Amino acid sequence: MLKLEARPNPSKLWGFASPLLALVITVLIGTVIFMAMGKAPLTALSMFFWEPIKSSYALSELAVKATPLLIIALGLSVCFRSNVWNIGAEGQFVFGAICAAGVALMADATTSRWIVLAVLIAGVLGGMAWAGIAALLRDRFNANEILTSLMLVYIAVFLLTYLVSGPWKDPNGFNFPQSKTFEKVTQIPRLLDGTRMSIGLLIALAGVGALWVYLFRTFSGFQLQVGGLAPLAARYGGFSSRKALWTALMISGGAAGLAGALEVAGPVGQLTPYIPVGYGFAAIIVAFVGRLHPVGIVFAAILMSMFYIGGELAQSRLRLSKSLTGVLQGLLLFTLLACDTLIAYRVRWQR
Amino acid sequence: MLAPRLEIKHVTKRYPSVVANDDVSLLVAPGEIHAVLGENGAGKSTLMKIIYGATQPDAGEVWFDGQRAHIKNPQEARARGISMVFQHFSLFETLTVAENIWLGLDKSFSLTTVRERIAQKAVEYGLELEADRPVHSLSIGERQRVEIVRALLTDPKVLILDEPTSVLTPQAVERLFAVLRKLAATGCSILYISHKLDEIRSLCTACTVLRGGKVTGIVDPRAESNASLSRLMIGAEPPTLVHRDVVLGDVALTVRGLTLASDQPFGTALSDVSMQIRAGEIVGIAGVSGNGQQELLAVLSGESTRAPLGSVTLFGADVSQQNPRARRAQGLHFVPEERLGRGAVPSLSLAQNTLLTRAATLVGKPPVAWIAPPRTAAMASDIIARFSVKAGGAQASAKSLSGGNLQKYIVGREISAMPKVLVVAQPTWGVDVGAAAQIRAELLKLRDAGCALVVVSEELDELFELCDRLHVIAKGKLSPTIATRDASIEKIGEWMSGLWTPEVADAQA
Repeated sequence: MLKLEARPNPSKLWGFASPLLALVITVLIGTVIFMAMGKAPLTALSMFFWEPIKSSYALSELAVKATPLLIIALGLSVCFRSNVWNIGAEGQFVFGAICAAGVALMADATTSRWIVLAVLIAGVLGGMAWAGIAALLRDRFNANEILTSLMLVYIAVFLLTYLVSGPWKDPNGFNFPQSKTFEKVTQIPRLLDGTRMSIGLLIALAGVGALWVYLFRTFSGFQLQVGGLAPLAARYGGFSSRKALWTALMISGGAAGLAGALEVAGPVGQLTPYIPVGYGFAAIIVAFVGRLHPVGIVFAAILMSMFYIGGELAQSRLRLSKSLTGVLQGLLLFTLLACDTLIAYRVRWQR
Repeated sequence: MLAPRLEIKHVTKRYPSVVANDDVSLLVAPGEIHAVLGENGAGKSTLMKIIYGATQPDAGEVWFDGQRAHIKNPQEARARGISMVFQHFSLFETLTVAENIWLGLDKSFSLTTVRERIAQKAVEYGLELEADRPVHSLSIGERQRVEIVRALLTDPKVLILDEPTSVLTPQAVERLFAVLRKLAATGCSILYISHKLDEIRSLCTACTVLRGGKVTGIVDPRAESNASLSRLMIGAEPPTLVHRDVVLGDVALTVRGLTLASDQPFGTALSDVSMQIRAGEIVGIAGVSGNGQQELLAVLSGESTRAPLGSVTLFGADVSQQNPRARRAQGLHFVPEERLGRGAVPSLSLAQNTLLTRAATLVGKPPVAWIAPPRTAAMASDIIARFSVKAGGAQASAKSLSGGNLQKYIVGREISAMPKVLVVAQPTWGVDVGAAAQIRAELLKLRDAGCALVVVSEELDELFELCDRLHVIAKGKLSPTIATRDASIEKIGEWMSGLWTPEVADAQA
């Protein structure tokens, strides 16, 4: 009989191996699903794991998808490490996009290229403001931030729908609920011609370094994490839990808002009701699959983007449902949680 | 001769990192009060868990009334007549005494029957209990009586008591002993787990000593001395402390007329607490747990900032509403009762844990307070070396240390900050005898260096050994102070029930 036995110390090896094992199991279960659906498993798997990385253009598209996921997940990792459960990054993403669009819509042909900076700052402030509502409700009324941040997602989405079908609707848009296309000057600078990769990727990678330094080399980052790991120890140390709450929500809200701005002024180029595509929710999985560690999150974001792109390819080429993306994402998180048992326990064979 | 009531033969139990019981044997006769003596981690609890069926031995046999027994779980143990009273009570605060006992019984009785049987046992053993009182209104001693009555209703042949006196006043201990002797006279065997030598010598008729999972002696405690038992238990006699005369300095910490409602549902409100501690003295606060110690400590350390302005002063400055960091900057350090999760973050390394209280000397100044890992590691290594902490280096996680070693580390961290005032809660709670002696010696050294110390402890022996003056806290009120040399265990015991006379207070004022 197999038996789980507690390890005296958590295993470092399995900390790294667990996500890999989870990926292998996800692929195996995925194979079974594809076979059950009557598709050749290798072809289907190649949609997810080969097509997205087989050419430089495919890689650039992968980066386009991974950038918002990476930025949002970096912010969320600060939250989750400090025991602040911001589930509403999607709402902060949307409100950041709305604010950025507000600035972008003010531009005309004569506007300077520097407006891009204003667009990005508006996105960050918008995301912070939206997360700030959840922070305020928690701070003043002790309202659970899981509920408030989640409910604020729907408010943000309805606000977006109202704006694009009302005040900000493009007068020449054949009555489609969307804003006019932003002026060219507001376009986030592209990294390479012929691709959709923008400087957002550089901002995200800089964020990886900045977050690592913040978490592991500053006292402020240390205080936040103590609040998450052992609230009583934080109180004993005299670290303010209010400050931790606000810092965590401002960082994650700002990051989500920034991602929203990069998206709306980047690949999309106008405000549409299709801005929210679930990046804010997928980033929660990215943060946890990446072990809440900045470097781990990079790999997790790439993996999740492969699922997104693979799902679209599987739909167009193999006539598989796009819901497969969600199934595979869910499977990955599920198997990861199961595999994580191996960090604290080892399997023993007993009589 | 009758068959032994309980016999353990060559039991071995291994856990991944430790052999908890190594070839342990134990023989308990009917009607015997048998002590199992050992330090924390000697394997006492594992042995009891095996007898009570909560865990299975890897090797060895358990014999009960002359027959081999395979006790698979606690229900089976109770069915055979083995009962256990745990150190931590399992009672529902909102239910009455009778309801709590009723819930804990395996057999189905009506509540009325249970009430009658409680009354009957109460008379039989002199355990007064009001069956219809809700448990939250009972004192700790009374709650323990509920647990004992619950065990007695199963008509046990073996009663296991795990450190039963750690929560009792000296008077309550005497009453408990009377009950246990009466119970033993009826033929019930009692297994008495403890590390308190005096108690074992006055109560028990046989004693098995464990050290490091092995039996180091089977003796008649009545014929032994504290020193000889201690040798068996720790392999050495406990070192004696050198207590030098007090050289009093300035007033360091003052609490004035502090009345404060608790913010916890079943917490204790502080009522008109006043005390003053001067540099160079150790002031002890005795009391049965749950009488306001937590609330008082939170107010002293700054973990609670709800105290009214002017009620807590540190070297003349009002600190009533300052947080622990602000107070630390003025020289007040605190060692909390819980080590893991409060005094240290379990999953972080010892080096990182220095930042909890020593950030002032470790991190840079704002705008960005940088952490320098070499500096935290150096401080952790210093503490480990100076206080001989057994740890796998500065990068070992706090939770990888044993309780005693982590306590040494935390006390060391605060002492090496050279505090002007040190507030310590339960300095040696759950710490083995050797480490406890070392911690006490360090606290005395700190006092001699001119630090003002407040020690809150439930162990009277410890307070008498360490302190120059004592207070007693009972129901949120603080007794007048008394010099330790004028105090007796009996007197402090009375005070612990809240019975100090107002005249004494007047005489002090």
